Amino acid sequence: MKKLLLATALVALSGGIAAAQTVRLGTEGAYPPFNFIDDAGNVAGFERELGDELCKRAGLTCEWVTNDWDSIIPNLQSGNYDVIIAGMSITDEREKVVDFSENYVPPADSAYVGLSADADVKTGVVSAQVGTIQAGYVAESGATLLEFPTPDETVAAVRNGEAVAVFADKDFLAPYVAESNGELSFVGPDIPLGGGVGLAFRESDDELREKFNAAIKAMKAEGVLNPLIEKHFGAAAKKF
Amino acid sequence: MFSSCADPKTLEGLSWLLCYLTSGKHIDFYWSFLTVLTLLVVTAPAAMAFGFAGAMAARSQFLPLRLLGKVYTAMVRGVPDIVFFLFFVIALDQGIEWMKHQVVCPDWSEPIRQGLEFRVCPEAKVPSGSSAQIWHQIYGFTLAVFTFAIVFGAFAANVLYGAMGAVPRAQLETAEAYGMSHRQVFRRILVPQMWTYALPGLSNLWMILIKATPLLFLLGVKDIVYWARELGSAKTQAYAFPHPDWRLWYFLGLLVVYLCMTRVSELILARLTARLSHGQATAGGEAMRRAAQ
Repeated sequence: MKKLLLATALVALSGGIAAAQTVRLGTEGAYPPFNFIDDAGNVAGFERELGDELCKRAGLTCEWVTNDWDSIIPNLQSGNYDVIIAGMSITDEREKVVDFSENYVPPADSAYVGLSADADVKTGVVSAQVGTIQAGYVAESGATLLEFPTPDETVAAVRNGEAVAVFADKDFLAPYVAESNGELSFVGPDIPLGGGVGLAFRESDDELREKFNAAIKAMKAEGVLNPLIEKHFGAAAKKF
Repeated sequence: MFSSCADPKTLEGLSWLLCYLTSGKHIDFYWSFLTVLTLLVVTAPAAMAFGFAGAMAARSQFLPLRLLGKVYTAMVRGVPDIVFFLFFVIALDQGIEWMKHQVVCPDWSEPIRQGLEFRVCPEAKVPSGSSAQIWHQIYGFTLAVFTFAIVFGAFAANVLYGAMGAVPRAQLETAEAYGMSHRQVFRRILVPQMWTYALPGLSNLWMILIKATPLLFLLGVKDIVYWARELGSAKTQAYAFPHPDWRLWYFLGLLVVYLCMTRVSELILARLTARLSHGQATAGGEAMRRAAQ
């Protein structure tokens, strides 16, 4: 009887009758043009369009959830959402804790951006977002690493002089440079990092991963992924 | 919101600002004030209940209950808030799901803990994976209220414990001389008189609670500080309303809001203090008596 009462209480708490399984897509919502919260308050950007298309192809009902970048992997593991779709680069280190899908953005360049083109990125202070491959790269480059929880703060740090340069995905930095009226500029050559951007899944979720993999493959084969990349990242972006 | 806002990039000046300040994101921002106020209104009594129970337990004649009360106040007060908000909530969430799992999926054969992963059967997810986002938000908010109540309840318990001890023994003795039982003394004499001693400590807690609300974001609830940072950060052309870094203005706005909230609280608390001191055997009560003569 007690068990029954407990079960009833918990079912009531969980709210709503279980319908068809919904797949929850976790994103950061602060990394334009990959993903951001648009002015209507919804998740938008390249990954929004891609995610919706993938769900449609895989025949899944999907729901968007935003989560801090910092805790995005732990929250996947504890089951708060089922997929990470947040511009996450495929790296060996992350492969140890999550499983990646096939990449949907080819291995891309990272770049330094500073107030002047000759900023000292070898020994100066360089900002990067915490827990990114770029932060790892800066830490090993000999420069002093200054980490921030959100991507926007890494750029703001350069503007207010806390850091001489920011190191991040070039696709993310390009609009900032283009719209800064010459205030910001790229420093040095581009640096290729990571194995492209992929979706991340729990290691026990192979079935779901295969569904998304099939959808990504189909999009690549039909040639609809490249135009989508070009639409959001510009004509100069790397394509498949 | 307005039909003239359909294409914001063509707008300028005041009409741009009007459209900007009424964008969907800003409406969410304004609603988040209500979220914070709701949290305060719900958490304060809940924390008070925890505090009262804790103080009563700590004063109990019955040893295990007394130990429970003391351990609760000592432990929770000793753990840093941020640790509490990061780990306790995850443990609570997983605990609830684990219990539900035991009830609804008794035949589940796979282990629940697989390395770093926590996997209960899909039916045991709370709230269930297919329920609307609003339920997830309500669930997160409930966890937040519960956690805030436990943390602030421990502090309140200590304040109330002290206040109960501060009521003059002579008052209680007189009541006993009238033949009141322990319970009656507690209810009729001790509790009505202790508030005047508890209020300074409780008002401190209230002020700290107001300022602790940004911890909500750790629990996935979007509060005013989260929105101020999100709205204020520089926006590129990918957004409908591009603008440079405006965080300073948003945070100045929040500063004014927080100062207003504390000012209103101070006014209310001052009135409450005056009211509770009335007729008390304290210096404050004595001063009021003199003034009335």
